[in-house]
Amino acid sequence: MLDITKKDPEISNYKDVWVYVEQTDGVPQPVSFELLTKARELAAQIDGKVAAVSIGKNVAHLADEAFKFGADKFYIIEDEIFADYRTEPYREALSELVVKYKPEIFLIGATTQGRDLSGTVATELRTGLTADTTKQDIDPETKFLLMTRPTFGGSLMATIYCPKHRPQMSTVRPGVFSAVPVESPVAGEIIREKTDITEEKIVKKILKKVVSNESSVNLSFYEVIVAGGKGMGSKDNFKMIQDLADLLGGTWAGSRKAVELGYVPQSRQVGQTGQTVHPKLYIACGISGAIQHVVGMQTSDTIISINTDKDAPIFDVSTYCIVEDALKFVPKLIEQLKSQKLAEVTNER
Amino acid sequence: MHALVFIKQVPDASQVRVNYETGTLIREGVPAILNPFEAHAVEEAVKLREKFGGKVSVITMGPPQATQALKECLAMGADKAFLLSDRAFAGSDTLATSYALYEGARKIIELEGEVDLYFAGKQAIDGDTAQTGPGIATRFDIPLVTYLTKMDEVNFEKKYAVATRLTELGHETVQVPIPAFFTVEESLNELSHAPLPWLIKAAQTEIIMLSSENVELDRNQCGLKHSPTMVKKAFTPEKRQRGETLTGSLDELIKETAGHLASFVK
Ligand SMILES: Cc1cc2nc3c(=O)[nH]c(=O)nc-3n(C[C@H](O)[C@H](O)[C@H](O)COP(=O)(O)OP(=O)(O)OC[C@H]3O[C@@H](n4cnc5c(N)ncnc54)[C@H](O)[C@@H]3O)c2cc1C
Ligand SMILES: Nc1ncnc2c1ncn2[C@@H]1O[C@H](COP(=O)(O)O)[C@@H](O)[C@H]1O
Repeated sequence: MLDITKKDPEISNYKDVWVYVEQTDGVPQPVSFELLTKARELAAQIDGKVAAVSIGKNVAHLADEAFKFGADKFYIIEDEIFADYRTEPYREALSELVVKYKPEIFLIGATTQGRDLSGTVATELRTGLTADTTKQDIDPETKFLLMTRPTFGGSLMATIYCPKHRPQMSTVRPGVFSAVPVESPVAGEIIREKTDITEEKIVKKILKKVVSNESSVNLSFYEVIVAGGKGMGSKDNFKMIQDLADLLGGTWAGSRKAVELGYVPQSRQVGQTGQTVHPKLYIACGISGAIQHVVGMQTSDTIISINTDKDAPIFDVSTYCIVEDALKFVPKLIEQLKSQKLAEVTNER
Repeated sequence: MHALVFIKQVPDASQVRVNYETGTLIREGVPAILNPFEAHAVEEAVKLREKFGGKVSVITMGPPQATQALKECLAMGADKAFLLSDRAFAGSDTLATSYALYEGARKIIELEGEVDLYFAGKQAIDGDTAQTGPGIATRFDIPLVTYLTKMDEVNFEKKYAVATRLTELGHETVQVPIPAFFTVEESLNELSHAPLPWLIKAAQTEIIMLSSENVELDRNQCGLKHSPTMVKKAFTPEKRQRGETLTGSLDELIKETAGHLASFVK
């Protein structure tokens, strides 16, 4: 446990914006770079620097990636004991680092690991943590971080701040911000820290790790998402959802009911308890548009919805509303798109 | 075995509607329910008690109405129910809530004996923060296992548990010494129907009240005033406008839609 009396209570001594660069077996989570991009914006407004922080067994190669996305510094703790993510040693290492270097703002991806880690680190540090934020601003007057997040399943937005405690911590959902590399990256300072935690002191042992391909779909990578809901009627009918997605160079997804019915794996669920996406194009087939679904996709550029019910709430957020039977509409649409494509190819010849 | 489950009563988020004119939530007529994840936590604790003997305690921090959710847990087979309620807690954020619950849990240990297994839901559906469980575990400095999908083994002689949890890439099985803290997924178990004798017993069980009068609390860590995070404002999300409703025969609709999609076809 962290000795909290070692933490500096003077909030004006806290500078810089930190981003936790999450990795598994050395592979970084893309949300980390989305946050670095946002951190640049925030740091500029508080006259701070951007620092990336990574803990693991072999993570030194992440420094270059972090600099590419605008980090000025890279804090790193490498040790065999950090080979796999475990709450307790990661918590200790990260909390010690915060106490030593005093960041003013600390952003963490709201991933499985990030959500596990952030709550426990914030408690150790006795500071505030705002979960699952979708917007981050600096108050021009007070320079406090204003963190906006949906609550009540997305029916209400709340802007939260943390005036008297540092760091101001928040988790951010993957896909909310875009990752933009800096034009001419500069290699920044690398600050290496050691840990005195030993394997003997860690009580949690990992007995088995199972990686399943289906559990790691990152929907936010795609510019086009075709999603189906309960209205698709069966798992077999989802074949047409996949076909349409392929044709449009995108990927497929579903509502929670579609997940519950086994039409779609949970890893492809969009919404409050699934992923947040903002593709260029979102096509919703047989999805009613419950608030918990809508919060996960309403920032898509173009939304096309196909639903038999002309009053379905999904239409309230759609660019194009199509009152039709998706099971008839989608196969015909695929046919039409294929023939258009064919015509184009023929023309080119 | 002694299991302690942290439960919360929440408004049924799926029934909350927004009044876009006033920018407020319409909560009238919205039922308060037991947070869905906790039902699975209680179910698991009760299953373990049936197997190993011992007891299941449940605690909630909230207003007196939260008694309803505690009763529901008793009907599911919990043995003791505690309501931690005090004006000093009003407006607590997650750091202050986890502090109060930690002190409440320590009181339960004093009254009922050591706890072996602590359970909480993965997240509460009103706030969705998923922080309270990790916060309590950290204060006890005991191992935390989030996203629990399977309790593989509990060994009370050798004092350890083996559990499976979700990870970013799949799942993993961990071994932890007990006492340990688990936050549970809905997929952990199927809810079962409680036998009639439990329901009768539940109806006769008194809720035990905890407050700043019988729980030792540091007032500087409780309530709105001592919560590090504050709400600056709450507002309804910007509503997207309904766009164009396409009209015409099915063929015409297809043609028009295909036109809108042309630039995406790969
Ligand atoms: C705490 C909580 C969290 C939740 N999180 C999520 C989440 O992350 N994501 C999510 O999606 N949901 C979530 N939900 C569930 C959400 O409230 C809805 O129940 C769900 O989104 C509905 O899925 P659906 O639209 O597929 O099904 P339904 O609501 O049943 O809608 C089916 C739609 O299909 C239409 N339809 C039927 N047949 C056809 C046809 N042949 N062609 C075209 N249209 C047809 C119907 O008109 C209807 O509109 C959550 C709920 C709770 C309480
Ligand atoms: N007021 C409370 N009383 C008891 N348990 C709570 C309370 N708030 C949260 N919890 C527990 O912590 C979990 C996560 O809640 P949250 O951090 O609000 O998402 C819930 O599922 C409950 O198990």
